[in-house]
Amino acid sequence: MSWETVIGLEVHVQLATKTKIFSAASTAFGATPNSQACAIDLAMPGTLPVLNKQAVNYAIMFGLAIDADICQESVFERKNYFYPDLPKGYQTTQLEKPIVGRGSVTIQLADGSEKAIGIHHAHLEEDAGKSTHEGNLPHGMSGVDLNRAGTPLIEIVSEPDMRSAEEAIAFAKKLHSIVTSINICDGEMSQGSMRFDVNVSVRPIGSSVLGTRTETKNLNSFKFMEEAIEREVERQIDLIEDGGIVAQETRLYNGDTKVAKSMRSKEEANDYRYFPCPDLLPVLISDATIEELRQALPELPDARQKRFVSQYALSDYDANIIANDSNMSAFFEVVAEGSNNAKLAANWVMGELSGALNNADLNFSGSPVSPQQLAGMVARIEDNSISGKMAKLVFEAMWKGEGTADEIIQAKGLKQVSDSGALEKIVAEVLDANLAMVEDFINSDESKRKKKLGGFMGQIMKASKGQANPQQVNQILLQKLNELL
Amino acid sequence: MHNYTIAELIKGLQNNEFSSVELTQHFLDRISQINDDYNAIITVTGEQALNSATLADQRLSLGDAPAMCGIPILHKDIFCTDGVRTSCGSKMLDNFIPPYNATVVENFARDGAVMLGKTNMDEFAMGSSNETSFYGPVKNPWATDSVPGGSSGGSAAAIAARLAPGATATDTGGSIRQPAALCGISGLKPTYGRVSRWGMIAFASSLDQAGPMARTAEDCAILLNCMASFDEKDSTSVDKNVPDYTASLGNSVKGLKIGIPKEYFSEGLHPGTEMAVRKALADLEAQGAELVEISLPNSELSVPAYYVIAPAEASANLSRFDGVKYGYRCENPKDLHDMYCRSRAEGFGEEVQRRILIGTYCLSAGYYDAYYGKAQQVRQLIQQDFSEAFKSVDLIMGPTCPSPAFKFGAKGDDPVAMYLEDIYTIATNLAGLPGMSVPCGIVEDKPVGLQIIGNYFDEARMLNVAHQFQQITNWHQQTPEAIS
Amino acid sequence: MTIERKEIEKLATLSRLAIDEKTIADVTGRLSSVLALVDQLQSANTDSLQEISRPFHTSQRLRDDEVSETDQREAFQAIAPETHNGLFTVPKMIE
Repeated sequence: MSWETVIGLEVHVQLATKTKIFSAASTAFGATPNSQACAIDLAMPGTLPVLNKQAVNYAIMFGLAIDADICQESVFERKNYFYPDLPKGYQTTQLEKPIVGRGSVTIQLADGSEKAIGIHHAHLEEDAGKSTHEGNLPHGMSGVDLNRAGTPLIEIVSEPDMRSAEEAIAFAKKLHSIVTSINICDGEMSQGSMRFDVNVSVRPIGSSVLGTRTETKNLNSFKFMEEAIEREVERQIDLIEDGGIVAQETRLYNGDTKVAKSMRSKEEANDYRYFPCPDLLPVLISDATIEELRQALPELPDARQKRFVSQYALSDYDANIIANDSNMSAFFEVVAEGSNNAKLAANWVMGELSGALNNADLNFSGSPVSPQQLAGMVARIEDNSISGKMAKLVFEAMWKGEGTADEIIQAKGLKQVSDSGALEKIVAEVLDANLAMVEDFINSDESKRKKKLGGFMGQIMKASKGQANPQQVNQILLQKLNELL
Repeated sequence: MHNYTIAELIKGLQNNEFSSVELTQHFLDRISQINDDYNAIITVTGEQALNSATLADQRLSLGDAPAMCGIPILHKDIFCTDGVRTSCGSKMLDNFIPPYNATVVENFARDGAVMLGKTNMDEFAMGSSNETSFYGPVKNPWATDSVPGGSSGGSAAAIAARLAPGATATDTGGSIRQPAALCGISGLKPTYGRVSRWGMIAFASSLDQAGPMARTAEDCAILLNCMASFDEKDSTSVDKNVPDYTASLGNSVKGLKIGIPKEYFSEGLHPGTEMAVRKALADLEAQGAELVEISLPNSELSVPAYYVIAPAEASANLSRFDGVKYGYRCENPKDLHDMYCRSRAEGFGEEVQRRILIGTYCLSAGYYDAYYGKAQQVRQLIQQDFSEAFKSVDLIMGPTCPSPAFKFGAKGDDPVAMYLEDIYTIATNLAGLPGMSVPCGIVEDKPVGLQIIGNYFDEARMLNVAHQFQQITNWHQQTPEAIS
Repeated sequence: MTIERKEIEKLATLSRLAIDEKTIADVTGRLSSVLALVDQLQSANTDSLQEISRPFHTSQRLRDDEVSETDQREAFQAIAPETHNGLFTVPKMIE
């Protein structure tokens, strides 16, 4: 039996506003517990919500970025259930008239193809607080921190258009790149700025009926999402092939232990009893507001990708990688402009720099090497002051904080020797010191000679302490050897 | 001094006939002597009151103090008062001391009014008799075997017993007007959105509104001047200019068109009440007003609509009382679920629990369209009735309650019987219109009220007509036998 | 319309109200009579009427995104049933 996987995503994006969606308490990350939970956030008796303008604007901007209709009279509903991190005993969210309607997002896949993924809608809602069940707590108790309660979220609900973990990850990453590019979210996954719920079902290939889906909640890394999807698909297929039935259920995946489990609750599925929130009025959005936000919308990843190809002559592949990471894009452009060699800039940013940042668990904003510094170094490769090999040393030194590229090149005397006179001298000395090799070279077939050049190159680089300009050396070497033939 | 109206007390303070401290002490003494007879007040804030009075006297001596400066008032225990227990008549909040003021409280404090204490009320404002309070029922000063009305029974009884010249109260389905009628005082529920709901513990968000209670319409106008304000912290607060409600009290009622809904004079209306109300209308007619019979055809639907919408909203509003952040938590909870269920079952009284269950039912999957959805549509029918009527009349009048105060326990077992107490008042909350009640007779030794309903934001005209009525009658000056 | 006991139990769970044997019968009776009242709504002709939640049409005011609330943890937690190191504490939920 051949199986098709059907995947839909619900993505919670924390909006990067200064204050909560319904109160003027701060949303800053990392505050001491309950120091940013005001009377409204604590659901004190008699408190009332007032809507944050910036949260509305950010939601509209997202809608514009995915080509969706903006609902110009949207409404908030109450979703009723009890949990300690939900102070009012209901969450203020949107159901019937969400602020952003149908839209779509294009993903790029590894084989170079593109696919459109539909977005059913996106709505505004408030985040809950955080419960802790372990740690320094009295026996048998859980602790509740309501700092996060009231943080504005948009929940983005996709159509079940994805057919593989790869597509799901590409979609998730594309959303990440969109929301960070338009600056409505800081994209810090480790801080919970984006959280993913994955709906997975399987069906025989060719079937048009959807299988029963399960929901795996609260994934906050692409890697874990991929693992969770793959495991769940396998679990469902095994179950069905063994004659079982997939139960509609909510699951949790622990990325550290690699264990997925069902969240079986004691009672029946919750009846949320949605009804329009009587403390809030319909949110009326004018054409003028939408137009204003549209004009001010920052560059989107797809547009940026096209621009990188046309402006910097990057390959589609490189442009795709860089453009979809807004931090990397910003970094790259400074390096490209500052060094005048976009291709080299791209290589260094995607390669050495990304690798080093990854290993040190840093992101571009925390890079010890600034884009200006990197630009300076790439410029020196571009103008032949240093070789690519030397550049690696320079980079390492910059990473350690030893200064700018020029300062390091100076200090370590790494300046590439490109003076043809000096190089001629070195080449001549090496040839004189290796007469047997020269003899061997002259007596070899033409086809074998190219390989033997390496031997001479090695000696020359050694003699020049690696500072000889390799291209020039190659030229001079060939010239001299040819004279001897 | 306790027989003076607020208007008279303001003059007295300005003319140095007495000080605010003397005035406050006088009322505090009366409260300590008399309150136990009626149980109108839950918390007395004696020390705080005298401190405020002292400050008020200083301010008065400087001249140019606001009207309410130095005037003692009571706040219904539904308004959060910073540092003072705010119980909402419930065991759930028996230990709740908010660190913030309701805007209504803040407005009075800013103007230098003196808070004497917090008045008793039906638990979470759910009731029409003040029999459901955790702190025991309030007795009607006119007949202590009878209810004062509810949910603002404490505020009404306190004023009738002359324990304070004025009080704040709230009205969701009649909770200002009905107790005002049953206690022989004046009370006004403003247009929805006229007075801020910030810090006012929510019962039914789309219906709740705070308003003044006092013995005269003029006093209500003075209190409303202070209570009404646009509040940015309340999204449902309306940004509309607050007029001086006392400025137009003297206008003549000549030519005023008064609509008399025929649906408000049908079976179920006590004959004595009907007679008193018709006499009052005749009095106004004699002053030049024109009485016009109108119809509010969907009136009958207002009680069922209300008893879907109010409990539904309340069921969500009361979910925050969960024993987690404040308020009552049960002893030795086994686990989280037990903590929730027992804290709420022990903290809330029976009527509150009933309404939560009804509200939950009406919002449930499968029932939403038939109940909540339907009720909200019916609400529009009711509003249409009123807007149609106001095309041909300026004000609408009729009885406030179907009968004078009933005896305790009279409506005991049948919740619907209790709900029908609100039959004349509920429609105004559903429509968001302003309504008030003024005394218009004594029937079987108990007071009866005349209800005045105005168009949106027409409180000034309503107070004007009520004041004019109080110039030609003296029902508002009647005192319960036990008090005089 | 009468309401079944099972229904009451479900409602009690949804609204987190512990309800005992004694009160179930009482509540069932009272609720049924209230619902009979409420059923009168069904007779109303509400075709083509929208659901409205408020008396007159106005739009939600928007607040500027500026922090104005300060840390009042001490004041709020002074009135909390139970706290520990700045957290509100509750009994664990048994899965």
